[in-house]
Amino acid sequence: MTSPSSLFDKVWQAHAVRELPDGQTQLFIGLHLIHEVTSPQAFAMLNEMGLPVRFPQQTFATVDHIIPTDSQVRPLADGLAEQMLVALEKNCRDNGITLFDPASGNQGVVHVIGPELGLTQPGMTVACGDSHTSTHGAFGAIAFGIGTSQVRDVLATQCLAMAKPKVRRIDVEGTLGGGVYAKDVILHIIRRLGVKGGVGHAYEYAGDVIEAMTMEERLTVCNMSIEGGARVGYINPDDTAVEYLRGREYAPKGEAFDRAADWWRSIASDAEASYDDRVTFAGSDISPTVTWGIHPGHALGVAENIPQLTAVPDDERPGYAEALEYMGLRQGEAVAGTKIDVAFIGSCTNGRISDLREAAKVAQKGHVAPGIRTFVVPGSQAVARQAEEEGLDEIFKAAGFDWREPGCSMCLAMNPDKLIGRELCASSSNRNFKGRQGSPTGRTMLMSPAMVAAAAIRGEVTDVREVL
Amino acid sequence: MADIVNRIEGRGCVVRGSDIDTDRIIPARFLRCVTFDGLGEHAFEDDREQAKGDHALDKEQYAGANVLIVGENFGCGSSREHAPQSLMRAGFDVFVGESFAEIFAGNCTALGLPCVTLAGDDLATLMDSVELDPEQTVAVDLESRTVTSRAGTMEANVRDGTRKALLEGTWNATAVLVEAGETIEATAARLPYVNGFAN
Ligand code: SF4
Repeated sequence: MTSPSSLFDKVWQAHAVRELPDGQTQLFIGLHLIHEVTSPQAFAMLNEMGLPVRFPQQTFATVDHIIPTDSQVRPLADGLAEQMLVALEKNCRDNGITLFDPASGNQGVVHVIGPELGLTQPGMTVACGDSHTSTHGAFGAIAFGIGTSQVRDVLATQCLAMAKPKVRRIDVEGTLGGGVYAKDVILHIIRRLGVKGGVGHAYEYAGDVIEAMTMEERLTVCNMSIEGGARVGYINPDDTAVEYLRGREYAPKGEAFDRAADWWRSIASDAEASYDDRVTFAGSDISPTVTWGIHPGHALGVAENIPQLTAVPDDERPGYAEALEYMGLRQGEAVAGTKIDVAFIGSCTNGRISDLREAAKVAQKGHVAPGIRTFVVPGSQAVARQAEEEGLDEIFKAAGFDWREPGCSMCLAMNPDKLIGRELCASSSNRNFKGRQGSPTGRTMLMSPAMVAAAAIRGEVTDVREVL
Repeated sequence: MADIVNRIEGRGCVVRGSDIDTDRIIPARFLRCVTFDGLGEHAFEDDREQAKGDHALDKEQYAGANVLIVGENFGCGSSREHAPQSLMRAGFDVFVGESFAEIFAGNCTALGLPCVTLAGDDLATLMDSVELDPEQTVAVDLESRTVTSRAGTMEANVRDGTRKALLEGTWNATAVLVEAGETIEATAARLPYVNGFAN
């Protein structure tokens, strides 16, 4: 009898190649996802060391960060972007790596396409040169973001040197109210545990609310683990995960699928597993949540007021003051009613079909307010096709929203989609850092896609429950 | 094998503030590149622009500093190695702070750049001291886990594994990982998904 263990321990153990002299573990990586921004230097280092790609069949590539969302016709209008895409194409070709480029029909944000193609599966280790790799944990995979030197390590050896983190179980019990989405759940968790709360930890999300979520909602939750400081966030695989994978392009087929499903279920945390730490939240305490400051922990229920500096703990006061000044907001004021300039619906957090459906439901209730720029950016070509089939693009367009091609877009503004000057953006993405959306003085308020749509039609931060 | 990293000394440069994220260290627009060359001059570009010459990296007294002294949760946010790459290329060899984001610290180790932490009070003392007297030498010693300056010798923390890798010159992980040889394939063969659950 082995003692009860968490999914994290089981997956870690199954992938441990050996203990390294420095006490870290050499961990085998089952799925390596690469994109154009963090891989070219890694391939260059690999070439310098004279090493080949060790497991090209476990490696998949896409182009997402730099891709324009107006026209993806080659050569790309931005010469630097074109150069990065050419480098990726060459590296993939030279090394036998599958690349999902726009011509493939499977292109999209790396954390959107991995799940939708069935590449991401329970029990895997997943690595990608992108901090939001935690997204893939929604399937019960151990997935983490890595730097470029580590991308080189994985290309060369399909392994990483990793120190084992602690595991914190986070239960969200009960049910969510109307107009409260997965995005609100994770913003609430980060607000409560802090942006550093998860450092050194993997987060295991569980409880009624999480178990009732669809895969797409779970992806949203796990996506933002890193914003809470946790490099890894995961959810135990169950029927929802298994059924999501059935029939996906890269999922096993026929009898192999049944064998896979058995194995996937077997790696879920045992009921008696012990954790380094446990936290419980009540779903009923979570309301539509928005950020008002310059990191995702600066979050509030939409009906709340921005905190008074005197009510903030001493050590956090300078950060709050800095955030208020940057955002141009006043302490004690209601966060609802803050005027916005731009609305962005998309990203690996909230660029999936269910996100677009929820936003379209709200968009249908009105028209984009005068003077507001909008970007609706599907997370992948597959999401775009599905949305167009359902007529969501027409709903958005009729309501005055700008319907775009898939990519990361204004989540980090490495392509032409950017804030201008001090514009304030209601955004369904994951980071509200200073300058994140392309203008050094641009401002971001994070919220669910439905809340972004509500803000777009009212021209100000709005409680989506008033619109629904 | 990589170089042994043990004692680093030089002048300090104090960048105050907590939760300084990688978008601030190197804004995303500078990630449009296929090499890391030239990133040094863009470190903290937007913060510097907004500070109008008043940012630590633009202050004359810190010119030539190689010890970057920072606050809490430094390097949070994205996994971009461009962040430590740009700081390294701007001349920094070591980071001293209250705490560092995990991916940032890992990326630093992969470049042979130590991230060492001090207790909050010690850090505050060190920051004040270096601001008052930027000419002094700050020495970071991994072997003895200390940071020494005119403010005295302070006990520093470095993660054990990282410290060992730097002291033994094994921080270039690829070289270490390759040594596992066929054990890597053997591990892969035990994972049912690697062969598509064929049996
Ligand atoms: S959508 Fe945003 S967070 Fe996600 S991979 Fe792209 S840039 Fe990163």
